[in-house]
Amino acid sequence: MPLSVLFILLGVSLVVAGAFLVAFLWSASTGQFDDDYTPSVRMLFDNELKPSTKSKNDKTKHAGRKILL
Amino acid sequence: MQVEKFYYDNKTVRNFAYATMLWGCVGMLAGLWVALQLVFPSMNVTQYGSFGRLRPLHTNAVIFAFVGNGIFMGVYYSLQRLCKARMYSDRLSKIHFWGWQLIIVAAAISLPLGMTSGKEYAELEWPIDIAITVMWVVFGWNMFGTIIKRRERHLYVAIWFYIATFVTVAVLHIVNSFELPVTLFKSYSWYAGVQDALVQWWYGHNAVAFFLTTPYLGMMYYFLPKAANRPVYSYRLSIIHFWALIFLYIWAGPHHLLYTSLPNWAQSLGVVFSFMLIFPSWGGMINGLLTLRGAWDKVRDDVILKFMVVAVTAYGMATFEGPMLSLKSVSAISHYTDWIIAHVHVGALGWNGMLTFGVLYWLIPRIFKTDLYSKKLANNHFWLGTLGILFYAVPMYWAGFTQSSMWKQFTESGQLKYSFLETVTYMKPFYAMRSFGGSLYIIGVFIMVYNLVKTVKSGKLVANEEAEAAPLEKIAVAHKGEHWHRWIERRPIQLMVLSLIVILIGGAIELIPTFLIKSNVPTISSVTPYTALELQGRDLYVREGCYTCHSQMIRPFRSETERYGEYSKAGEFVYDHPFQWGSKRTGPDLAREGSGNLKKTNGWHFRHFREPSSMSEGSVMPAYAFMLEQNLDTSTTVAKINAMRTLGVPYAKGFEKTANATLMEQATGITENLKTDSIHIAPTKEVIALIAYLQRMGTDIGKTNK
Repeated sequence: MPLSVLFILLGVSLVVAGAFLVAFLWSASTGQFDDDYTPSVRMLFDNELKPSTKSKNDKTKHAGRKILL
Repeated sequence: MQVEKFYYDNKTVRNFAYATMLWGCVGMLAGLWVALQLVFPSMNVTQYGSFGRLRPLHTNAVIFAFVGNGIFMGVYYSLQRLCKARMYSDRLSKIHFWGWQLIIVAAAISLPLGMTSGKEYAELEWPIDIAITVMWVVFGWNMFGTIIKRRERHLYVAIWFYIATFVTVAVLHIVNSFELPVTLFKSYSWYAGVQDALVQWWYGHNAVAFFLTTPYLGMMYYFLPKAANRPVYSYRLSIIHFWALIFLYIWAGPHHLLYTSLPNWAQSLGVVFSFMLIFPSWGGMINGLLTLRGAWDKVRDDVILKFMVVAVTAYGMATFEGPMLSLKSVSAISHYTDWIIAHVHVGALGWNGMLTFGVLYWLIPRIFKTDLYSKKLANNHFWLGTLGILFYAVPMYWAGFTQSSMWKQFTESGQLKYSFLETVTYMKPFYAMRSFGGSLYIIGVFIMVYNLVKTVKSGKLVANEEAEAAPLEKIAVAHKGEHWHRWIERRPIQLMVLSLIVILIGGAIELIPTFLIKSNVPTISSVTPYTALELQGRDLYVREGCYTCHSQMIRPFRSETERYGEYSKAGEFVYDHPFQWGSKRTGPDLAREGSGNLKKTNGWHFRHFREPSSMSEGSVMPAYAFMLEQNLDTSTTVAKINAMRTLGVPYAKGFEKTANATLMEQATGITENLKTDSIHIAPTKEVIALIAYLQRMGTDIGKTNK
């Protein structure tokens, strides 16, 4: 069998493709693609908050600050 | 639903941005240096600075350091905002950043030292390969953690591109880097010959696809609409673009091996899929460009959009050219020539470079809450960059086409019209022009760095940028103290991804040895393993990166068989760990260097290594005089023989015990022969082993079968 590595590559490639297929079916069935317009607009709005008054800066060295409340 | 307040991590983004700029400068300067070496061979200073060792440094630096950090910069910035969540773990972000920089430093040290696996774009040796795997997992962990705790149900298309990047690069890297360590800094590829070539180019092409393309497409889908402040032309098209692209890309690799010893049907498979790729690729390019429909006036004024438009246009050109180059009849002309160098640089300088610059100009002022220091300088950079690409690419296209035509030209009486050396010296003006284009491009990058440093100084980093969003409904909350495995059980996709990686590693370890060792049964009975001296010589050939300029694969064209001898057969490479077919002929093919009318005396090789131009007037090959001084390290011989045997090379039982004795015997034979040419040298020198290897090349097939 001169080119047996092909089985490995085919297997690996098919597993990857299969994984993407599952991901695609999941995303389609959970409604990821139901709305094919608003996501493109929504990503433009980052509702930037009041410029840097409250945000902490580099100097404050509280490593591991709890940010998420 | 209670709105939550949280902070985006801009510090990691800033760090990756700085690293992108630093390594961009380093990698591109290395590129300019190797380009100049082809014009002025005297710039090959010391063994650590010779072309064969610096060229991998250039490619690794621009791909994995410049673009790599660019990817992480783009992902860390956009993923947080698209998910409305801070990166999953500050600690992972930190480990990821510093780990990646350490890998780059390790590469920058080990490649000039000649530590290389000898496989293009995967040269780094096994300890670094393992570090890359670990850092990639850290990156994925951090990314999926963020996706899981997102506050935005919909996964914007950019995120899909990032996920595909992570999964596929992990798989490619693991499969291609499967190697057997011999010493701490030396390993042999598990695969041999045609198998190694197939795995390598399956990896190589997908590195282009999933390292240089998909993450940057994700960034295009985020940063281009942001910079233009308008939604992408068609969100629906972007989704089709994504799924079509990832399903097609993974099969395209064999187009790097057209007309080689790879079975024809595998070549055809690669051609078909490569050609189909034009459709999703152009869908993506059109989607990017049409995002600016009705807003082209903005492009006139906004330098960031200019960078992005050139980037997307370059993507379109490269992805048109790619399928064309994958056609067998075009590959017959373009393969091994500078045409391919032009092609990859349109992609690298145009698509990756210009998009990175656009993102940097857009992002740095934002995270520092300030304005760009100078729009004028950015404009200058834009024009220098654009002209630089043209001055680089046009001479290389010209050179490639000319080179190929000269190689294939016959006189009326049926002789090859040009010697190989004539084609080399003819290329020199083109190499000089290319270096000029590259210089323009780099000057532009320096201007950008200055501009952005000034911008940074005028602002202040918003390390933690405040944001607020409502959490997702029904999001499963982990119970305190529950088993770590519980969280993943609730999430089929993440489970799938992780299990995929686990399965692949396990499957690879189990399958690859059993599959491949049996397959190494030679199909040509006269092909025998290398002698100990030849094996050591071959490893020197790998160490010096000879494959960066010399191929070992004669294609079945009359122009090649006339010049180099009988075309190459798959069975000739069964003991080659790694394969050394190469992809570029800056110098001639060496597959039959030791046989037929290519055969030269030992004395010729000796003098040629000492000073190539003394034997070939006008040669651009670096001198290897240091190999006349350095002693061959024979302490590794036994380990190497044993490793090769593990890989299925049929060395006779007990051969390793006498290996060094036979090595010295063969070496002495060569030095005795050199004496007749009035050259006196000790048999222990490296150059003797290299000569032994070159004299062996391509000879097996001529031997009569007993």
